Amino acid sequence: MSEVQQLKAKDFKSNQEIRWCPGCGDYSIIASVQAVLADIGVARENVVMVSGIGCSSRFPYYMETYGFHSIHGRANAIATGVKVANPDLQVWVITGDGDGLSIGGNHMIHSLRRNVDMKIILFNNEIYGLTKGQYSPTSPQGLQTKTSPFGSVDAPFNPLQLALGAGSTFVARTLDTQPKHMKEVLAAAAAHKGSAFVEVWQNCVIFNDGAFKDWTDKTVRDEQMIYLNAGQPMVFGKDNDKGLKIDGFALKVVPAAEASNWDPTVDSAGPAFVMTQLDTDPSMPRPFGVFRSVVRPTLDDLVHEQINSVTQKRGPGKVKDLLYTPDCWTVD
Amino acid sequence: MSSDTSEITRQDDVTIRFAGDSGDGMQLTGTQFTDTTARVGNDLATFPDFPAEIRAPAGTRAGVSGYQIHFSSADIYTPGDAPDVLVAMNPAALIINYKDLKPGGIVLVNTGSFTEKDLERADCKTNPLTDGTLSAFRVIQEDINQRTIEALAGTSLGKKDVLRCKNFFTLGMMYWLFSRPIEPTLQWLTEKFGKKPDLLDANTRALKAGYNHGELLRLFQGRYDVPKVDNVEPGTYRNIMGNQAIAIGLAVGADLAGLKAFLGSYPITPATDILQYMSLMKNHGVITCQMEDEIAGICTAIGASFAGHLGITTTSGPGLALKTEAMGLAVITELPLVIVNVQRGGPSTGLPTKVEQADLLQSIFGRNGEAPIPVVACSCPADAFECAVEACRIAVEYMTPVILLSDNYIANGAEPWKLPTMESLPHFEVKFVTDPEGYTPYVRDGKLARAWAKPGTPELMHRIGGLEKDAHTGNVSYDPDNHQIMCETRLAKVMGIRDTIPTPTYFGPDAPDLLVIGWGSTYGAIRSSVEALQREGKRIGRLHMRHMYPLPHGLPEIFASARRIVVPEMNFGQAARLLTSEFPQFKFETIHKVQGKPFFAPELKAHFRKILEETA
Repeated sequence: MSEVQQLKAKDFKSNQEIRWCPGCGDYSIIASVQAVLADIGVARENVVMVSGIGCSSRFPYYMETYGFHSIHGRANAIATGVKVANPDLQVWVITGDGDGLSIGGNHMIHSLRRNVDMKIILFNNEIYGLTKGQYSPTSPQGLQTKTSPFGSVDAPFNPLQLALGAGSTFVARTLDTQPKHMKEVLAAAAAHKGSAFVEVWQNCVIFNDGAFKDWTDKTVRDEQMIYLNAGQPMVFGKDNDKGLKIDGFALKVVPAAEASNWDPTVDSAGPAFVMTQLDTDPSMPRPFGVFRSVVRPTLDDLVHEQINSVTQKRGPGKVKDLLYTPDCWTVD
Repeated sequence: MSSDTSEITRQDDVTIRFAGDSGDGMQLTGTQFTDTTARVGNDLATFPDFPAEIRAPAGTRAGVSGYQIHFSSADIYTPGDAPDVLVAMNPAALIINYKDLKPGGIVLVNTGSFTEKDLERADCKTNPLTDGTLSAFRVIQEDINQRTIEALAGTSLGKKDVLRCKNFFTLGMMYWLFSRPIEPTLQWLTEKFGKKPDLLDANTRALKAGYNHGELLRLFQGRYDVPKVDNVEPGTYRNIMGNQAIAIGLAVGADLAGLKAFLGSYPITPATDILQYMSLMKNHGVITCQMEDEIAGICTAIGASFAGHLGITTTSGPGLALKTEAMGLAVITELPLVIVNVQRGGPSTGLPTKVEQADLLQSIFGRNGEAPIPVVACSCPADAFECAVEACRIAVEYMTPVILLSDNYIANGAEPWKLPTMESLPHFEVKFVTDPEGYTPYVRDGKLARAWAKPGTPELMHRIGGLEKDAHTGNVSYDPDNHQIMCETRLAKVMGIRDTIPTPTYFGPDAPDLLVIGWGSTYGAIRSSVEALQREGKRIGRLHMRHMYPLPHGLPEIFASARRIVVPEMNFGQAARLLTSEFPQFKFETIHKVQGKPFFAPELKAHFRKILEETA
């Protein structure tokens, strides 16, 4: 291998022309990922991008890394195989709200509970884009789509709650229109050892344009969004004059000076779960940043530690031992 | 135990069926008798037959679990047809099984489980021990429950645990009756219960008491010996079950490819044992992941293959159906993968613990798009090893998923296996690409296998996936001509496997009146019945297929020599249909059976005899 050189974001771009719709939030996400990979200094050959099916899942084709564009919903399972087979690889899963939470919901929760060391970016646009506009498992009730012309009657998942409930060791949320924040969150995810679940609010300009504008629009975002920073007081508002205070199992808005500090590293998933409850309260801002970041052994490490310890105990197995066992007998 | 004075009669061929309630330990009794018999040097074949329910209501017909062993002084190919001896631990076991027994056969009945209540549970209006049901047999009645309690007098175990030892008492009696040594089982008990001295003591005492009981009480009119096979090929042998053979074959196959085996799987009857066996192979570097479902099982295996391991997934019919889409992904990404399907009765959940061969066409054709996958079928437990190695070879040499078909009969059946010498194993070591010069993801070798570059290799970064790719650049391509080329190339690659597989051997006279074609676990019954008819001078021959897709070269030449061709199958004629479509110039007659039971040799013999008579 040639000497290690400092790569730039563009070095992570493949020669394939990107085919997302003009104005799609995906452009900003891929630029952020490329920038983060360059910043953290990982070799391109050691990165594997695994995706399922959907608009976001074309992502690996546009990355100059190893990539696997698989089948609908199964990216987490394939990525688990890649990572357990070769733990030296840095594995990213690129998925969407349909791919990762509907058809792939099962693999999502199980990869999180196993704490496979991989970074999962869930592009949440609350709609099926590639099939041209049907409601998804994160679409709000009442959303009118081609398959819910009179409004969706399905209750949605909150992706963060699902990840927390499944035991994810890293849970975060960011959004496509804030590249700086997105890079911070993705860098933290990349640095996390274990399953890192990152929900990205991603605007689909064609089928669900403005899905998040009630919170993210320039005119309202200061009051409607709050950025969580580890060890920092939880403040928001145009003049940073408001704060959130943890009050039992709830949060309440208080003057900034009384705001609680945010700590995503506490053992209990309780505070993070309480934080996700803001999503259900129209009077509260929506939280962004790292909700939870804790350490527990990863599946890939545990698998190989077990192989090593059994091998140490029993000695390295030989093919002959598989065949010629003590219960053999010989005929002359 | 050397004071035995009973006269020993020589028998060359014996079939015993142990039958009892699911909780009576009949499978264990059977496997212990089998292992000991293998050590004695008999040829043998076994057929466990148990219900899908782990514990159906005690004493009912639904809960009867059976284990048949056929052992002989000569080579045998089936677990026997009509048993010579039936061991019936309760009325339900007796009622379900006695009709299969040979006239004059021995029935050993545990009368301790023939109370009114036991009869009622088994739905017996009258007592079969007294109502004449068993008039054609030699019935030996013994209260095995009581004898076991007596043998274990003074034990610290409770009554329930004492009674659980009755299978070892029974085993001891059968060891005496057939002049088997009890030492192998004593040794097994020591290993199994070394840390539980009370259980070790109880089972040891039960076994010895049962053995002595045969001698002391003269229950049987003399005893038997089945001498070891004399003309056994020299070599090292071990007793093997099909699932075990596949597990070993896959691990060895991966090693021969120079790869680590990675098994992604999900428990399903009757394939689960393979996952269990391979989970024990950690010091061989075998990685096993019990995943959340069948789809995740195959997908982790595909991911592992992408990362440079030999991905393997194991399942049975319903699981194969679930893996269908992922198999297509392995076809289009051209990654090596071994998919083991241990067939059971279908459709749907069907008969989970019974045998059937009805997944052949699903395996060959059951995917969306033109998605050719080679299919290899094993014929018996010993053959399962070779077939597993062969599946690994095809997978890595051709960069393709391969389906290995087994079935419940092979999976749980046991037979002596002549171990291959290390030198005789094939070699097919994988060479990963590391040189960027001229590399594209779909650059191919002479066998049309694409180059395998694994992540972590500098300068070979590439993307694969389920979308069609350009034959030259490996980028996504919707070009119509390119898709045609890629589909044709994938098919030509798989068809090319024919050049590396042998034509199945034909056994029989030239220009036979009847050619019998078999595949899978019908091997033993076909071989036994055909050889019996050949001994009568009938012009009948047979060939057994291993490679079901692609079909080997040389078949039409063999087919053309026969006046009639028949294919017995445990389905509605799937191989016959396949052969008919490949070779429309021949007529393939069928014999079907979908009863969850294997073919028996006499049954096939009667079919073949009828055809031969028509032909004469």
